[in-house]
Parts: sequence; C-alpha cells; structure tokens
Amino acid sequence: MSSVQLNNIVKRFGSFTAVEKTSMTIEDGAFVTLLGPSGCGKTTTLRMIAGLLDPTEGEIVINGKRVNDVPIHKRNLGLVFQNYALFPHKTVAENVAFGLRYRNVPKAEITRRVQDALELVQLPQVGNRYPKALSGGQQQRIALARAIVIEPDVLLLDEPLSALDANLREDMRVELKNIQARIGVTTVFVTHDQSEALAMSDRIVVMSDGRVEQVGAPEAVYNTPASEFVARFLGASNILDGRCLSRSADEAVLDVPVFGKVTVPGSRAPHLAGEGPAKLVIRAEKLLLRDTPPEGGAFSAPATVETVDYQGQSVRYFVRAGEMQFQAINMIDERPFPVGAQVHMTLRPQDCAALPG
Amino acid sequence: MGWAAIRAYTVLVYLFMFLPVAVVVLLSFNQNQFGSFPMTGVSLRWFEALWNNDAVMRAFRTSLILGLLTALISTTLGVLASLALVRYNVPGKNLITTILIAPILVPEVVLAVALLLFLNWLGIGKSFALLLAGHVIFTLPFVILVVQARLVSIRRDVEEAALSLGASPVQTFFSVTLPLLMPAVAAGALFAFTISFDDITGTLFWKPGGVETVPTQIFSMLRNSISPEINALGTVMIVITVGLPLLGAAIVRSIAMKRGM
Repeated sequence: MSSVQLNNIVKRFGSFTAVEKTSMTIEDGAFVTLLGPSGCGKTTTLRMIAGLLDPTEGEIVINGKRVNDVPIHKRNLGLVFQNYALFPHKTVAENVAFGLRYRNVPKAEITRRVQDALELVQLPQVGNRYPKALSGGQQQRIALARAIVIEPDVLLLDEPLSALDANLREDMRVELKNIQARIGVTTVFVTHDQSEALAMSDRIVVMSDGRVEQVGAPEAVYNTPASEFVARFLGASNILDGRCLSRSADEAVLDVPVFGKVTVPGSRAPHLAGEGPAKLVIRAEKLLLRDTPPEGGAFSAPATVETVDYQGQSVRYFVRAGEMQFQAINMIDERPFPVGAQVHMTLRPQDCAALPG
Repeated sequence: MGWAAIRAYTVLVYLFMFLPVAVVVLLSFNQNQFGSFPMTGVSLRWFEALWNNDAVMRAFRTSLILGLLTALISTTLGVLASLALVRYNVPGKNLITTILIAPILVPEVVLAVALLLFLNWLGIGKSFALLLAGHVIFTLPFVILVVQARLVSIRRDVEEAALSLGASPVQTFFSVTLPLLMPAVAAGALFAFTISFDDITGTLFWKPGGVETVPTQIFSMLRNSISPEINALGTVMIVITVGLPLLGAAIVRSIAMKRGM
C-alpha cells in the first residue's frame, strides 16, 4: 500500500488551464474523494495520477517515488471507469485475469486469485460469461474485481457509480466502501455527487475551476465550508451576505439581512478571521418553518410559501421574506404548508456557519 | 402510376442487371459447343477445359497471389493509417485523410495513367511490384473507411484499462484493439482481395508484358472468340467475388453472436 503526493501540479491544454497549481497528499490506505462539478479538473487530476495525462508542471509521487516519467502500464494502479470498460471479447474470468497475465503469475495462482476476486465482489458464478450478458451493476463489480486482483498500490475510481440506477448506486456505494475498507487499498475516488462523497470518503477534496477549494473530513467540509462555492455545492444552502461585528475565540457575531444579529459558535466559523464582510450559511434542512413564532422570538422571521416540492417524508419549500428567497427542507408528519401560507422561519444559531465575505 | 407500377419497374431493372449474369452461369454448364439456348444437356466439360488451359490457370494463380498480397499490404497499411488518424493528433490530419481516400474519387483510368506516367518519369519500368502497388493504392481507401468507422466505435477507456493493468501499448493493441477491430479488418481484407481480383482497368495499364490476371485473360480471350470456357471462368469469378465476402460476413456474425456482442 502507498501514499500519493501531488506537488504543485499544473495541467494546461493549449491556453486552457484545467488544473492550477494543486498540491495534495493522500495517505496510505485512505479513501479520498475529488468532488466538484464537471470541468473542475477532478478527472484531469485523476488521469494524471493514473499516467493517462502528463502534468504540464509539478510532480506526482507515489510511495515516495516520483512517477512523472513512469508510463501507465508500469505504475501498478487499479483503474475503474464510469462505463466499466470491460473487454467485450473476453469472458469475465479472462477480464479479471488480464492484469495477472502481465505479472508472471503462475496459471494455478491466476485461477485462484480470479475466483477470490469474483467472490469478493459477490459474483463467483459468472466467470464463463461474456460481459454483455451481465447487468450494469454486475459489470461494474467485475471491473472492480479486475482492478483490485492485481493488488494495486492505488485504486483510482472515475465516477464508477454514475452509470447505475439510483437504487443500485446506493447499494454499490456501501459495498464499494466495504471492499475498500477490507483490503485497505489507498483509493482516489472522483465524483460530482455530493452524497457519494459524504458517504464514502475519509477525506473530501472539493475542487472548482481547476483549484482546490477545501480539503477535509466529510463532516468538516459539510459543517464548516471554507467558501461559498463549497457551501452551495455540498447540500442545499441559504447564504446571506452580511458583516461580522465581532469575532472572539468562542463566537462570531454577524449582522445579516432578515434575521438581524446572529451569534455563531466559533467552531462553526473557522475560516472567518475577524470583523468585516461575512456570509452566513444556513442549511436548508436547518431552516424550520412553523405556524407560530417560537418562544422568545429570537432568530425567527416571517415569510410566505412560494413553491412546495413534496417528496413524501420531507418537503422542499421555497419561501420569500421581503426581497429574498429561502430554501427549506423540512420533515413533515402529515401535510405540507400550502402555497401562499404565512409561516415563520426559525433557526438555531449553532446550526449556522460563517464564512469570510 | 401506383405502387404496382413502381414494383414492376424495380423488378425489370433488377432483371436487366442480373439476367446476363444468370445466363453466363447457366451456359457455363451447357454441353453444347455454342453458347446458345436451348441447352442440350448439363456438363462440367468447360470447367474441365479451364482446368487444363495453362494460360487460364497461370492467370488464375497470378490473380490469387496479387489479390492476397494486395489484401495483406492494404489491410496492414490501412489499420496503421486508421490508428494514426483516429487515435493520435497527426498534423494535417484532414489533408492526409483526403489524399488516402482520393483514389476512389478519381476515375480509375486517370489514376492508372497517372501512376504509369509518374513511374516512367522516375525511369521505373512496369513490373509485378508496380501492379501490386497500383492495386494497393486503389484498395487502401476501402480498408481505411471500414477500419476507421469501427475504430471510432471502440471506446478509448477499454484500451486505457488494458494499459492500467500492465499491458504495454503494443500488447494492448494485440490483446484488445485488434481483436475488437477484427470484423473491420476482415471486411477490409475481403474488400481489398475482391476489388483486386476483378480489377481490369488499372491492371491493363500496369501489368508487365506476358503477365495476365483472370480479368485481362478473359478480355484477351474475348478478342479471339467467344468460347464457352469464358462462361465457366465467369462463373468461377462470380463464386469467388460474391461468395467469399458473403462467407466472411457469415463467419464474423457467428463469432459476434457467440460473444453476445
């Protein structure tokens, strides 16, 4: 097993810069997710680690060794693609055995390791079939088996779940995480799906426009976003432009429209240095709509329901308070508020996060 | 005018095109010395005469060797050219493609004369190698068109997967790309062979003295007399140029079926 290190990596295609001076360290055995919208440079970064693209500048170090000049077939990496990329002219067993054939593994051992890998992905019976005879989810498991059977130093996953149906995707994500934890391989996972990233990763690297926006554990990235981009990209958020009136170690006092003065715990404002322009991030799940104002009346504001997006156990509302529109995702018992209802938005200050403005 | 008229017209067009061919095949089994109806009996005597005709057999061997070499060289060059044009960023890609495809756009006579004049200018005489070169130039576009179309549909990530698993680029080509390309390679080779096998225009210009291919042999035999042997030879030609591609397609289909592709 090994670590991966990127030192000031830059990738340009002509005049377009896909990845700008990026550095990161991926520890031995970690599951790290590169998360971002399409075109943010996450796939380019993965392809540079894989050796499918050469960085314009900077170094890639795997296991303490600079690999910039090592061609892909000598890097000993496992690669899984969005579209499975199984060899259609080979049986499942031949697909899984492919990498072992180039590693001077004795025949009997190949057979055994292929069977072990197929059992690991819970498809021990399909060795003699051709990929086309399998479902999408099964094909992706075979692709995973093919990548891990070679005992790669690093497992690289390029949106491996995107081509699957929603239900299957959630099952596969649990299974994929379990398999990764079991074999303990260092894994780099690329996705644009925030829930996959939050569910699976030890660490998330949020990227935008070729830059790293934030690196951290899933809870840290979710609870204390470092930028407005991260706050908007992970989950549904309401972001209010305001000012920081005072900042101490324990708390930050912000003055924002609609809610007025809000005191945010210091732990939820790690990126806010001091007084000046600031932003308040309110998760849509934490903005509660009520019939009546709460006791004490703090942090509450009247609003009108504009749109109701009913989702069974929860509802997504768009409400208006003056000039501003808010999004609220609330669990409900019976029926949602109707369009036009007058409600009170309430929130607990400890559920908010503060950002520099 | 209605659908009935259009249908009748279509049938007539096909009859006009294929009846002469059918007559040739039918008469090749005629017992009679003169190729005319009604047939007096069925016999294989003209095929036998063909077998014993040294000039025809020599032409046949020449055509076969020429066709096979043309197919081999054209397919190899075609696959390499397609790989370069589809998989790599070659400068002047469009120009190169146009030049490679041009031989099917230029009238064959023009191509034939041009190549001959060019080699004359270089001081190179007619030879079997020249004939072969001419056939390769003429068949290459067909191979490239077929192979390129297939190569575009082979996903790049399948090759990348092979590379990531430890296969070198050359190993990747032989273990993944070529097998997936095989239907197109086979089709291209068959095209090249059949086009070479029944080409006459270019061959008449390029062939050295004393060398005859089957089509030029038929042509020269026709100048002397219309022997029923020619019907037999025509039948053999039809079987080879029509039957071979059909057989090839059937084989490719059955392989594809087995893999569920």
